[in-house]
Amino acid sequence: MPRAAAAMPRPANQRDTGLDDAELRERLAYTWGRRPGIIGWLTTVDHKEIGKRYLATAFVFLALGGLLAAIIRLQLARPEAHVVGPDLYNQIFTVHGANMMFLFAVPVMQAFSMYLVPLMVGTRNIAFGKVGAFSYWIYLAGGVFLWVSFVLDIGPDVGWFAYVPLSGPQYGIGKRADVWAQMITFTEVSSMAVAVETIVTVFKHRAPGMTLTQIPLFVWAMLVTAFMIIFAMPAVMVASTSLILDRLIGTHFFNQAEGGSAILFQHLFWFFGHPEVYIIFIPATGMVSAIIETFSRRPVFGHVAVIISLVGTGMLAFGLWVHHMFATGLPELGASFFTIMSMLIAIPSGLQIFCWLVTLLTGTPVIRTPLLFVFGFFFIFVLGGMTGVMVASIPIDLQVHDTYFVVAHFHYVLIGGAVFPLIGATYYWFPKITGRMMSERLGVWNFWLAFIGFNVAFFPMHILGILGMPRRVYTYQTDVGWDGLNLLSSAGAFILAASFALFFFNMLRSARVGPLAGPNPWGAGTLEWLAASPPPSHNFDHIPFVTHATPLWAERESLPIVTGISVNTREILITTLADARPEIREASPDSSIWPLIAAIATTIAFIASIFSPWAAVWGSALIGVTLVGWFWPKSMKEDEE
Amino acid sequence: MQCSRGPVSTFVLIVASLLALAACKREVRNIRPDPAGAEAPLTNAMVELSPGGTPPVTTRTKKGEDYQRNAYQLAQGKTLFKQMNCNGCHSNGGGGMGPALIDDEWIYGSSIENIVATIREGRPNGMPSYRGKVTDDQIWQIAAYVVSMGGKVPSAAAPSRDDSMSNLPAESRRDSSFEKSERD
Amino acid sequence: MIRRLPCLLVFAGALSGCRDWQSAANQAGAEAERIWSLTLTFTIVLGLIWLAVMIAVAFVIRRRRRAPVSLNDAMLADSGHRRNSWIVGSLLAATALTVAILTALSFVAQRPLFAGRAASAGIRLIGHQWWWEVRYDGATPSDMFTTANELHIPVGTPIRLSLESADVIHSFWVPSLAGKQDLIPGHNNSIELLAQKPGAYRGQCAEFCGLQHAHMGLLVVAEPSESFEKWQAAQRAAAAAPRESDRAKGAQVFVSKPCALCHTIRGTSAGGTVGPDLTHLGSRAYIGADVLPLNVGSLAAWIADPHGVKPGVNMPPVHLGADELSAVTAYLIGLK
Repeated sequence: MPRAAAAMPRPANQRDTGLDDAELRERLAYTWGRRPGIIGWLTTVDHKEIGKRYLATAFVFLALGGLLAAIIRLQLARPEAHVVGPDLYNQIFTVHGANMMFLFAVPVMQAFSMYLVPLMVGTRNIAFGKVGAFSYWIYLAGGVFLWVSFVLDIGPDVGWFAYVPLSGPQYGIGKRADVWAQMITFTEVSSMAVAVETIVTVFKHRAPGMTLTQIPLFVWAMLVTAFMIIFAMPAVMVASTSLILDRLIGTHFFNQAEGGSAILFQHLFWFFGHPEVYIIFIPATGMVSAIIETFSRRPVFGHVAVIISLVGTGMLAFGLWVHHMFATGLPELGASFFTIMSMLIAIPSGLQIFCWLVTLLTGTPVIRTPLLFVFGFFFIFVLGGMTGVMVASIPIDLQVHDTYFVVAHFHYVLIGGAVFPLIGATYYWFPKITGRMMSERLGVWNFWLAFIGFNVAFFPMHILGILGMPRRVYTYQTDVGWDGLNLLSSAGAFILAASFALFFFNMLRSARVGPLAGPNPWGAGTLEWLAASPPPSHNFDHIPFVTHATPLWAERESLPIVTGISVNTREILITTLADARPEIREASPDSSIWPLIAAIATTIAFIASIFSPWAAVWGSALIGVTLVGWFWPKSMKEDEE
Repeated sequence: MQCSRGPVSTFVLIVASLLALAACKREVRNIRPDPAGAEAPLTNAMVELSPGGTPPVTTRTKKGEDYQRNAYQLAQGKTLFKQMNCNGCHSNGGGGMGPALIDDEWIYGSSIENIVATIREGRPNGMPSYRGKVTDDQIWQIAAYVVSMGGKVPSAAAPSRDDSMSNLPAESRRDSSFEKSERD
Repeated sequence: MIRRLPCLLVFAGALSGCRDWQSAANQAGAEAERIWSLTLTFTIVLGLIWLAVMIAVAFVIRRRRRAPVSLNDAMLADSGHRRNSWIVGSLLAATALTVAILTALSFVAQRPLFAGRAASAGIRLIGHQWWWEVRYDGATPSDMFTTANELHIPVGTPIRLSLESADVIHSFWVPSLAGKQDLIPGHNNSIELLAQKPGAYRGQCAEFCGLQHAHMGLLVVAEPSESFEKWQAAQRAAAAAPRESDRAKGAQVFVSKPCALCHTIRGTSAGGTVGPDLTHLGSRAYIGADVLPLNVGSLAAWIADPHGVKPGVNMPPVHLGADELSAVTAYLIGLK
């Protein structure tokens, strides 16, 4: 504890009773603050710091992935174009897909979760703060690994789904498919880590009094997502690890000739791959709930119904992976089951949408940029949901599967269903994160450019799919009649790109010169708006006592608080799972360099193990050593009842 | 100005090192062979001994170097090796009617240029000439693959196992000790 | 009218190029027609639902109070909770009902798909990177023949095709005739086709299969049974020996150059099985898996530099003299 020496003498265990506000704030900020300088930056375990890094990194990957999309649209604007050749194109569309799914969509949702969940449940840090730091470094390493490989012409070129045998040892030439498989491992480790943290934070770190039904809907959405990650990700890790084993040491998991199965890979991949879509979409519904609640000036109608629909969606999402495989030649009964399940998921999704509409109807909507993006979400996502019902039907799917119809469908669902709410959420929570408002004027421009650009870019793809254009083609011939629509789509793509440029510009500019926001610029009702903007390192001066789902609306002036928490050690309150009665006070981890060191060791082991199986052996030993350092006993206070 | 120099020089450093790495052409796919490509003549000695003071004449070609280190060319060579029925005599490199290719014994030289010459010209006692039967580019690909059979190419570029059954480990798992153990 | 709908949706520039021979909206097969009517039903029903939701959203936006609402006010008291629950509940019931009806429609439409009435027609389609091998079995070995990238079927007869793959996963898809089915190595898949109108329909590989996935086309020619029989008889025959002197020279070039190690021309010593069977190349409409229409110029260009149009294709550029090239082109074009 080098810092203790420099500080003024303090009692060993001072509590927050009997201190005036200014001194309390100063002492808490000292206890929870990070060390100065670069070391402080590398060692922090503050969920807000790590959340911001996650956000910034995910937005960088969004921009890079968007760049690839622009190249794709340039190449496809004309038939038989030569902007890029087939080899580079295959790498580009693979990296675009893998990047957007694994390095942007999932991490950006987890970034919001990392930043907001502790604030929204009223605690001072996320559970297992060091794991959070570790997960960020691993995520960064995985992303850099993929992009450096791409620059070096080792970018994966087998599609983001990497079906065997094309990605297998015989046809997946060189190390490109291994890069895909190991990038999966990186991002899965990091997202599993955040999922565990989220679950524990929501279950055990809630502010006293916050019962399960009073948890904000965004937090509920992140909780359901975290459980989905824990159940879905192992499947794809099994797939990608078995693939590396097949390629590196000649096992036969997916080799039909030696008793393996190529279809098994598809099952493992889609058992993850379909829930993945909901792992991206469910957090977005949480954002929509939060935005609608604030801007219609009333709590979301059917709070419990929305929670049930979130849980229901999360469960049903695991029962429809086979609708990605209808063309592989399945027996009728098996395939029909997945048709029913795919259709059924329209019901919980519909329930949420009806609840939101009733909320807007009975509330008094105030239209600001975040709400505009929610309206865009309704327009686009509902359309994507409709085409989703179409592809659930086996006959229709057999016609449109693997065509641009499906490309249109999932961009409607993912951009409309996740990216529009995400941009809205960025406008909504930006003042909390930076302390400054984003420009409304640019926001409205941003919305209309995105809305028009998106629809012009992606609606024609529905028709292209019906007209017979398959996916993943680097070009098309002149005699099939797809030229005009592709050109139109490319034009739309560049409008969409302009909207993203404007979005990034607005963020960068507003972070410097935007008007100061104050703690609660939108007059919202949930706990994150209780903290200052940006929140101090300890989040709240006093831990609130919660009696309502929107505590700031219910008890605006007189929110009860909890006292008796230590101010000179990092102490947080653990509460019971169901009704959040205080149980014990627990120490929250202090800054540490070990997450970074462990992440570096893990990165070395992961990358080396695509070249030599022995890296798994010595790499584990290396990681083991860093973990010994991580868990080395410190003189830390025991938990107290 | 001062504060911008740090990031800029770091960036330049990163870009430079990336370019240096990119110079390694292991993964490049030269998928379009030169349509006008002509056969390059080779002068090759088959052994390292020669009478008199002058060492034997050998050509070392850039093409040979490139092909032996390039994953795509090696994989194409492996496919052609099967398609052109080299297995008929060489049996996956283990030898049969023709000599084994995975060991360290080379009657007509072990370099890729020697092997190209062998495939091109044919050799006495059964090895036919493939000049004009397969294109010269394909001969280089096959020869590069033959080099990889003894584990003498970078394992990161060498082909992995096939989906068909095999009694040998994949080329990428054969190292320099492999040929000795096979011979013993 | 409704059939041309997607084409009409395309703005004028595209309309001129809309040839429609690889389109689900231009059906010539029984299965494609069933799917198309189901697609239209779904589109109309779901489109109306989407429209209803949009009207609701528009209503919400319009009815917001003109007076600026302060962000300081919030309602906690929920008036009309009962009424709102009824609204949500009945909308949910309507959703469930719609879903049930659509599922039932889908089940009815999928019955013929799984009924599998047609016996195997003895036609095997084998996917290669990046072309299609088509094998017609026969009662005796002399009845069998192999061709490539052009599948002929009789009109009005249900045909069951066997689908196999020689390397990676491909997918057979001729939108005018039926939905798609994957060709998976080691799996025995099949698909039933019933062409109702004679004509040529284009198909394309629909599962990503590597470098030239984009150029893996297939032409399906549906013809009346007499001409189908005639075509089969012609295909069964070995290649006729060339009579013209330049074609004879071409034949000589073909068997002495690399061509013969990969391609078969029945009736000659060329017996390679790596590439497509060229015995009746001259009878096909396209070359290079539907990349170029077959004529002297395109064939010569293809032989001299196949990578110019299809970079990465497994056919190497073969170095021939100008006279050799024209001779071999004349020879191949003449293989009717």
